[in-house]
Amino acid sequence: MSTPILEVRELVKEYPATLAVAGVSFSVPEGVCFGLLGPNGAGKTTTIEIMEGILPPTAGEVCYRGEPLGNRFRQEAGILFQKTALQDFLTVRQCIALFRGLYTAGLEVDEVMRLCALEKLAGRDARKLSGGQQQRLLLAIALVNDPAVLFLDEPTTGLDPQARRNFWELVQSIKARRKTIILTTHYMEEAELLCDEIVIMDRGRLIAQGPPRRLLHEHFAEVLLELPRQEFPPAARALPLSIIDASDRVEISTHDLEATLRTLLEAKVPLSNLRIRPANLEDLFLELTGTELRP
Amino acid sequence: MIRRLLSVLHARNLEFVRDRGTLVFTLLLPVTLVIGMGFVFGGPQRPLFKVGVLAGQEDRQAHPFLRERYVAFITLADDGAALRKVTHQQVDLLLDLRAPERYWVNTDSPKGYIVEKLLLAAEPAAVREPVTGAAVRYVDWLFPGILGMNMMFSCLFGVGYVVLRYRKSGFLKRLHATPLTAFEFLSAQVLSRLGLILLVTAILYAGIGAVIGFHNAGNLLLLALVGVVGALSMIALGLTIAARFSSEELVGGLLNVLTWPMMLLSGIWFSLEGSPPWVQWVAHVFPLTHVLDAARAVMLDGAGLPQIAPNLLYLAATALAFLAFGAWSFRWRIE
Repeated sequence: MSTPILEVRELVKEYPATLAVAGVSFSVPEGVCFGLLGPNGAGKTTTIEIMEGILPPTAGEVCYRGEPLGNRFRQEAGILFQKTALQDFLTVRQCIALFRGLYTAGLEVDEVMRLCALEKLAGRDARKLSGGQQQRLLLAIALVNDPAVLFLDEPTTGLDPQARRNFWELVQSIKARRKTIILTTHYMEEAELLCDEIVIMDRGRLIAQGPPRRLLHEHFAEVLLELPRQEFPPAARALPLSIIDASDRVEISTHDLEATLRTLLEAKVPLSNLRIRPANLEDLFLELTGTELRP
Repeated sequence: MIRRLLSVLHARNLEFVRDRGTLVFTLLLPVTLVIGMGFVFGGPQRPLFKVGVLAGQEDRQAHPFLRERYVAFITLADDGAALRKVTHQQVDLLLDLRAPERYWVNTDSPKGYIVEKLLLAAEPAAVREPVTGAAVRYVDWLFPGILGMNMMFSCLFGVGYVVLRYRKSGFLKRLHATPLTAFEFLSAQVLSRLGLILLVTAILYAGIGAVIGFHNAGNLLLLALVGVVGALSMIALGLTIAARFSSEELVGGLLNVLTWPMMLLSGIWFSLEGSPPWVQWVAHVFPLTHVLDAARAVMLDGAGLPQIAPNLLYLAATALAFLAFGAWSFRWRIE
């Protein structure tokens, strides 16, 4: 395990009627992609904004390389917010140049544009970019100072599948440069693909932390069997199986596939629409945070 | 720090130049004002002599000159103010009927020359006190007021709404995540707006000045200094309003609360001489009053730095105070 680049200690954020973060502690090793997951209102955006140094905590602290967040952190951190408006009437190149001018060290504007595949868009009005192009520009802005730690707050929300995959490739190329990435996302597929380590938050608290594979192993047996809910007889619910209700289906978690199939056949459960798959991060997320819709 | 400041300054200037609507409006306004002023004040003046009289009512009845036709006789109470009116040719001649009887005439004034002949024909023994000075018409007196008013609106609304828009769009939040400080950001906004205001004011000064035939009695650089310090003070005042609020309605209301009293009390349209002392005191709280006092002193009276130093000091002090308060109370994001 490498030295933590960021340490979050007993973080609390309280608003007049809400406790957004209720004493969260974790550390982020250097050079990993660290996922911060949770349903809406879990406190992950508040947590990440405190980690970014733009929101003061009510209690607790965040340390960067062992020191409280300060000028060094601002010089060495790159941030891509959930929503960011840029200055009007600037081209892609000028937007990047504006932010490059705010840092003492970093990459050349041309190099950042090349990294984010923006060369052909250099002279275009930044307001006229597509969603995917805009996210690449915001990523480029987050990279102008060649950051040691990069915050990506729901970077692919609203992007089409092609743009999302393109963005993932960019993030993987940044990972390959041994940068530390803090990622929040609602897409479990994205977290599974990109993150080396995750924390899951719910109602302001941290409910799980570790590498995705290990967490899956801890919470699930080897495979999941999925059956349409309407084909699952009520009597079968009494079977000695680990049954999970999802919205339109029933999931059965098991480490002994053959024994489970035998049990289902003996109970005359129709298996024509049976699907067998390994558990994924979305299963873990729903298992830990429930299926109830959050406000 | 300078690099960061210049970076934001450059981007802000690009944004302004490319915002066609605002650019056209900003350039159209001074042109419209030039045309309007030319239309309103460009016509012929009525031929009328004006003579100021320093005397009691009983002295007036006896003097033969006071029976002249086509001459307006205006009773004046303050000797100093009366003399300035002769110097500025706001009256063509000043007659003091109190013993010893004498009169002041502006030797630069053609109308003064003629009205003097009329006086001497009626009263050959009157003692002559010659003065000199260029004419000050109402339009000349109003001219600094128009420049100041335009400057005030541009300073307060131009900066206030831009910062508000940046905050609402989240652009400020993004800047906050960089090493840029509030003071650097605000300074860049101030400098950007200052450059624009000086340019527009210079266009107005040259344009209206040419239309009305205005001649500056003072030093142009000193006048520019008044413009710079005055604009800084008013821009900084606008920033204090926009520093933390996120509602257009609130900021708009607060800016209106500031501009209307200045419109009425800072002496844009009429002089506050003769108004109650408390009104004059309140008027001198506003930066615009100091801008106009100093500008008129330079433009009309040819005042030098020592005469307008108190106004400049007030404006510089308020600029620093407003900027410091703005930086202290500044909010990068919507609370």
